[in-house]
Amino acid sequence: MRLHNISLNNLRRRRGKTIFLVIGLLIGVTTVVALFALTGAMEEDIGKKLDELGANILITPKSRDLALNYGGIQLSGVALDVQPLRQADIARISSIKNSENISIVAPKLIAAARVNQKDALLAGIVFKEELRLKKWWKIAPKTDPVAVPEKEAHEKEGMGKMAGGAGGGKSAYELVNSLMEKDLLVGAAAAQHLQLSEGQVVNIQGQAFEVRGILEEMGSQDDALIFADLGRVQKTLKRPDEISLVEVAAFCNTCPIEEMVTQISGVLPGAKVTAVKQAVESRLETVRHFKRFSLGISAVVMFIGSLIVFTTMMASVNERTREIGIFRAIGFRQGHIARIILLEAFVVGFLAGVLGYLAGLGVSRLTLPFFLPGQGIAIPWDIGVALGATGLSILLGLAASVYPALRAAWLDPAESLRAI
Amino acid sequence: MSLIELKKISKLYESEGEQVAALQELTVSVESGEFVAIMGPSGSGKSTLLNILGGLSHPSAGNYFVDGIDIYGLANEKLADFRREYIGFVFQSFQLIPYLTVLENVMLPLAIISGRNGWQKEAACQVLDKVGLGSKERRLPNQLSGGEQERVAIARALVNRPPIILADEPTGNLDSATGNEIMALLGNLNAEGQTIIMVTHNPENAAFARGTIRLKDGRIQV
Repeated sequence: MRLHNISLNNLRRRRGKTIFLVIGLLIGVTTVVALFALTGAMEEDIGKKLDELGANILITPKSRDLALNYGGIQLSGVALDVQPLRQADIARISSIKNSENISIVAPKLIAAARVNQKDALLAGIVFKEELRLKKWWKIAPKTDPVAVPEKEAHEKEGMGKMAGGAGGGKSAYELVNSLMEKDLLVGAAAAQHLQLSEGQVVNIQGQAFEVRGILEEMGSQDDALIFADLGRVQKTLKRPDEISLVEVAAFCNTCPIEEMVTQISGVLPGAKVTAVKQAVESRLETVRHFKRFSLGISAVVMFIGSLIVFTTMMASVNERTREIGIFRAIGFRQGHIARIILLEAFVVGFLAGVLGYLAGLGVSRLTLPFFLPGQGIAIPWDIGVALGATGLSILLGLAASVYPALRAAWLDPAESLRAI
Repeated sequence: MSLIELKKISKLYESEGEQVAALQELTVSVESGEFVAIMGPSGSGKSTLLNILGGLSHPSAGNYFVDGIDIYGLANEKLADFRREYIGFVFQSFQLIPYLTVLENVMLPLAIISGRNGWQKEAACQVLDKVGLGSKERRLPNQLSGGEQERVAIARALVNRPPIILADEPTGNLDSATGNEIMALLGNLNAEGQTIIMVTHNPENAAFARGTIRLKDGRIQV
C-alpha cells in the first residue's frame, strides 16, 4: 500500500465525484482539441483558397532594360532582345525542394500582335492554370443569344461553384474544361477597342481564332489583353517555346516565401524571381487572425475547466477534513497529504486529457462537414496533439489543485479531528 | 524514567473574547505497560488532554516528554513522525476510511513507510488475526458491524507497533455486550505489555484500567 493506492481507491470508490471532476476538465480539453483540429482544417482550407487567389511569386527573364509593365512589375523579354524563359524552365520550377508548396504555375507569352488589322496585346496562357489562378474572372453576359457556342453544353457539372457576381456574369473558371486551342478570352477594354463579341471569329496574324467569352471589366491590365492558348500563340507569333513570364501561386502557410524564391532562383539562374510580399503577408495575417481567435476561445474554455476542478477539489478537501485529520493523526506528514490530493488531480487530468482528445477528435470529425462542406479535408489522429492535450490537462488539473492540496496539508490535525 | 511525563501542562482557549483554561498545570506520569483511564464530566478537559498526549495540539504552557523526547519542541513534520512511531489512535465512532477495504484501512499507517514487498500485508493480516477479523479483510467498512469496525480501528492503531495506544471512548457507539468484548480485547493487549490511555465516561470500562485520572475543570481530582 502506497499513497497512490489511497488516491486511486478514493477516485475509484467515489465514482460520481470523480466522473464530475473528469467531465469538468474533459469539456475544456474536448473544446480545445476540437477547436484546434477545426481551426487547423480551416486554416488549411483558408490558406489553400487564399493561395489560389492570385500569384505570390513572379518569374521574369533577367534584363538590364525593362520594357513592359505587367501587374506593376516590370517585364522584359517581349520587346528587348534578352534571354527569354523557355518551356523547359516550367518543369524545373516543379523540381525545387518545396515543390509540394507550389499550387499553380501559370506561364505566359505576352506580345503585340495584329488582330483584325489593329494592334493589340496578345497573351498566350495555359487556360487551365490561368483560370485557377484568376478565379475572379467573369464572362460578361452575352448580348447576342444566337451566338451561344455549342460546346458550352458540355461544360462539366460541379465546376460552376463560383458563378454569379456584381456584373451578373458567370465565372470564367466554368469554361476551364471546354476551352480549345482556337478559343479566345478577351479583356473588356480590348473587346471594346476591337469591337469583338462572343462567338466572333478573329484573325490574328493570319490565324483564325474564335472569341469564346468577353471578360467583365476588372480594372486591371488584364482588361486590355486578349488571351489565347499559349502553344497556339507561340506558333502564331513564331516564337516557339518562348515564355515572357511565369506567375506562381504557392502555399505559403507552411513555407517562407523567401525560401521558395531562393529555391526557384537556384533552378532558374537566368530568371528574376520576385515574391509578391504584400500578397503573402496579407494572407498570412488573415490566417494569424483566425488562429488568435481560436486560441482565445480555447483559453477561456480551459480557464473555465480549471475553475471547475479548483472548486470541486476545494469542496472535496472541505468534505474530507475528517479523513485528512485521521491521516495526520496516524502520522502522515503535510507533504503526504498534498501528494494524495495532487495524485488524484494527476489521474483526473490524465483521464480528462485522453478522453478529451478522443471526444475532441470525434466532435471535430462530426462537425467538420458542417463548417467546411465538400472540402474533403480529413482530421487525422495526431499523437502530438494527443500528448499535448493530455499534458495540458494534467498541468491544469495539477495547477487548479495546488491550493486545495496545500489547504488540506495545512489543516490543523486537532481541528480536523474535531470535525469528527 | 517514565514513558510519558506531563509537566505543568496548561491549555487555554479563546472563547467569546475570554480565555478559558481547558487544562491547568497538569502533571502526570505514565509508566510503560500501564492501562490508564481518563474520566470526568463533559468539558473537564479529557479530549484536550488526549490531543496533547497524541501530539495533535500544542499546550499553552508546560512540557510533554515521551521516552525523554520533548514532543512539542519538535518541528511540525517531526511531530507527525512522532505520532506515526509512538502513537496508535482508536477514535470514537471508529473513523475508518470508507473507500478503503478492511485490509487497506489497517495498512494505512504503513503506507508512508518503505519496506520489502508484502511486509505491510503480512503485518496487517497479523493484527487482523489478533482482533479476530482475519476473514473479513476484503470488506469495506460499511459492510461490517459496529463491533467489527471498532476491531478494525484497534488493528489499525496496533499495526505499526506503537508504544502507546490512545483510545477515545472506544465503546461509545457499541452495545454493552460488544463494548465488553472490545474492552476485553484492550485488556488482553495491555496484558501483553501495551501501554493504553483511554478516555471514557463509563465506569465499567474504567474497571478494565489499572489506574484512573479523574479530571474536573481542567485539573486532576484527587
